[in-house]
Amino acid sequence: MNIRSKLALFATAIALCSNALAAEVNVYSARKEALIKPLLDQFTSESGIKVNLVTGKADALLKRLTTEGANSPADLFITTDAGRLHRAKEADVLQPASSETLNAAIPASYRDPEGYWYGLSVRARVITYIKDRVDPKQLSTYEALADEQWKGRICIRGSGNIYNQSLVASMIAADGEATTQQWADGFVKNFARDPKGGDRDQVKAAAAGVCDLAIVNTYYLGAMINSKDENEQAAAAKVALFWPNQNDRGAHVNVSGAGVTRSAKNKEAAVKLLEFLASKKAQGWYASVNQEYPVRPEVEWSETLKQWGTFKADTLNLSLLGENNPAAVRLMDRAGWK
Amino acid sequence: MPVLVVASYALIPAGAVWRHLADTVLTDYVSNSLLLMLEVTIGTLLIGVSTAWLTTMCRFPGRSVFEWALLLPMAMPAYIIAYTYTGMFDVAGPVQTALREGLGLHYGEYWFPEIRSLWGAGGMLSLTLYPYVYLLSRAAFLEQSVCVLEVSRSLGNGPWRTFFRVALPLARPAVVAGLSLALMETLADYGTVQYFGIGTFTTGIFRTWFGMDDSAAAAQLSTALLLFVFTLVLLERWSRRKMRYHHSSQRHQSLPGFVLKGRQKLGALLICSTTLFLGFLLPAGQLLWWAIETREMIDREFLQLILHTVGLAAGTALLALLLALLMGYGRRLSSDRGTVAAVRVAGMGYAVPGTVIAVGVMLPLAWIDNSLDSWLRARFGISSGLLLSGTLVALVFAYLVRFLAVSLQTVEAGLGKIKQSIDESARTLGASPGQVLHRVHLPMLKGSLLTALLLVFVDVMKELPATLVLRPFNFNTLAVRAFELASDERLRDSASAALTIVLAGIIPVILLSRSIRNSREKHDLSTGTE
Repeated sequence: MNIRSKLALFATAIALCSNALAAEVNVYSARKEALIKPLLDQFTSESGIKVNLVTGKADALLKRLTTEGANSPADLFITTDAGRLHRAKEADVLQPASSETLNAAIPASYRDPEGYWYGLSVRARVITYIKDRVDPKQLSTYEALADEQWKGRICIRGSGNIYNQSLVASMIAADGEATTQQWADGFVKNFARDPKGGDRDQVKAAAAGVCDLAIVNTYYLGAMINSKDENEQAAAAKVALFWPNQNDRGAHVNVSGAGVTRSAKNKEAAVKLLEFLASKKAQGWYASVNQEYPVRPEVEWSETLKQWGTFKADTLNLSLLGENNPAAVRLMDRAGWK
Repeated sequence: MPVLVVASYALIPAGAVWRHLADTVLTDYVSNSLLLMLEVTIGTLLIGVSTAWLTTMCRFPGRSVFEWALLLPMAMPAYIIAYTYTGMFDVAGPVQTALREGLGLHYGEYWFPEIRSLWGAGGMLSLTLYPYVYLLSRAAFLEQSVCVLEVSRSLGNGPWRTFFRVALPLARPAVVAGLSLALMETLADYGTVQYFGIGTFTTGIFRTWFGMDDSAAAAQLSTALLLFVFTLVLLERWSRRKMRYHHSSQRHQSLPGFVLKGRQKLGALLICSTTLFLGFLLPAGQLLWWAIETREMIDREFLQLILHTVGLAAGTALLALLLALLMGYGRRLSSDRGTVAAVRVAGMGYAVPGTVIAVGVMLPLAWIDNSLDSWLRARFGISSGLLLSGTLVALVFAYLVRFLAVSLQTVEAGLGKIKQSIDESARTLGASPGQVLHRVHLPMLKGSLLTALLLVFVDVMKELPATLVLRPFNFNTLAVRAFELASDERLRDSASAALTIVLAGIIPVILLSRSIRNSREKHDLSTGTE
């Protein structure tokens, strides 16, 4: 055997190894294991397709996806915000899933127009207020939070957080950069303390008397209400939820979602998994386990979600959140939002 | 190499973003990072050196327990300790709540130290990082020839003067090695400062990279960080350029064991037990409490998590030790500037945040994989796919880049104390360089080598960002589990995984401490052999 044929044999063996297992799908997920694995296990038991999972931070996984390029083993990329999905599309690592099932199930505002990514659950960023100290009539919009009356009364987490970046990105889309800058300058002056901690920490701080308003994502509040920890329950019981901007564009929402990768070697299985995640059963799981809103309007909400009532959501094209993100970060830097 | 990959990005111009950073947040990043380093310097030196001296040279009740127990905080990831302290002492935590309810006060009507502040972060980092200083300076004190101390005492110096004028200066290379590890870890820390809402160089790198989507400017920030560390290291070396730290006598007598009495005893006990309490017992107790509350989190996967974690840590620690020995010797045997510089650059990885290292590893490996693949496709029409990327090889490589500095520093500190003349004598007697290493140095270095092993072992167990990005499919570690739950703001649920990291770290810590002491006892037994 000459060297060339030996090499060829060796390479074939490698190639066989990497392609031998047919019924599986490889997932890069920015959703934490605990919040996606149960669904994936269910998918495996129903379809017989094995799911291999790596979880991590969205940006790092996206970097992994781009450097691995055409040879990346990943078939499906899951994130917890639309901005990153948009960025993945721009980086040319996704491909259209072209599934009629998905297009029919998911409303147009929650998916990429060309099918590069699909939203799977919705979360809103809302204002919560201490019931004893704030009259909800004082509240109206995100924009109005820059008013003098809230001086030293607002808790919100740091500007490094993607949910805050997306909120500001949505305001840039609605009001323009100059107006939003003005707003941020005033808003930061109303902070009760330097931003620290996560969303739950803001509600806890409000309950402890540090501030009167806390800006949080709905599912964190939902998780606190349903928490096994009595202190968290007690803190959550002191606040009520206010839906901002109901008389204009609606409350800021974001989606967790997924897209099939350009390099996918198991595209069919990946689309199947996407369709499963959008199925009524899986959609109900999002609501009941993690207090997220299903993307499908016909799927029933959990008791906690029902309590908060229906609301008008901002119908902004979610891709804009990704596009405006760098501008949002710079704007928050200038406003001194730590 | 990954360090250089990241640095090479720095050549891409990114003027606009820089101007923005300079106008807004850059001064904050710089001053916060510097202040944090200052706090950690003071904190770790005070705690580390004093406890090391007390447990090595003095006799007081409980000393033999403190000897190893003081290493325990090392097994505690800084971000975990930050979470537990916040859980206890934050405004909404049980302590302040009890205070408010007990005294009928409201928020703002009483003073309470803010845990989530620059000072808090410095405290948390000092509490988890002082063991580096403790470990290395203790090893140095143990190796010190008591004769030197006796000479000092006989010249009329009291115990304090002896400590400050003789023992401490002699231990300086070890103390500085420990401190620089602590400082590099401080610069690379992301979890703690991010949770505390403090803008440092590291959080700035991430913000610029991911938030503003500008990898060039982020890489330039990373490079600036590296240059800064490099300058510090050079400065320290320059400041002791002409000094040597060998003892003129190899005579080892048993340690003096100053017997402490009365107030001294109380003081020593207080220092050691407060450190142990704040650095370990309190946070570990809180974790244990949470872990018991959420015991259903311990599932069948747990055993696998432990195996993965310990296996990775042990493998990497061994590899890192081998490499460190090779490089340490390369430097000892050759004074070639190239070798010296290469060793320096390789040791810089420790100050670089894990995610940056991960990307630095990913880029070249993926390039190799993809080039091989396209070559095979072109020649044979077959595809090899990715051979290295997304495997444990990539992950271990990243660990090595990040943690080589730890084993290198420790090995070098050990080697530095072996006089060149010993090498020369051995060579004159006909030993090859290999034999010198095997028959002369290894026995003398045993303590340092074990220290290097343990430090990397514990560091890998705690490592998070690189593990998160580079690990293969379906492969989790304890740190990943703990982080995922904690970052989902489920602190309680993350406690069992965090506690297991700590527990898995305790066994090697005890083993290590024992072997360090034994190395001394052997010395003592062989008193008189030169």
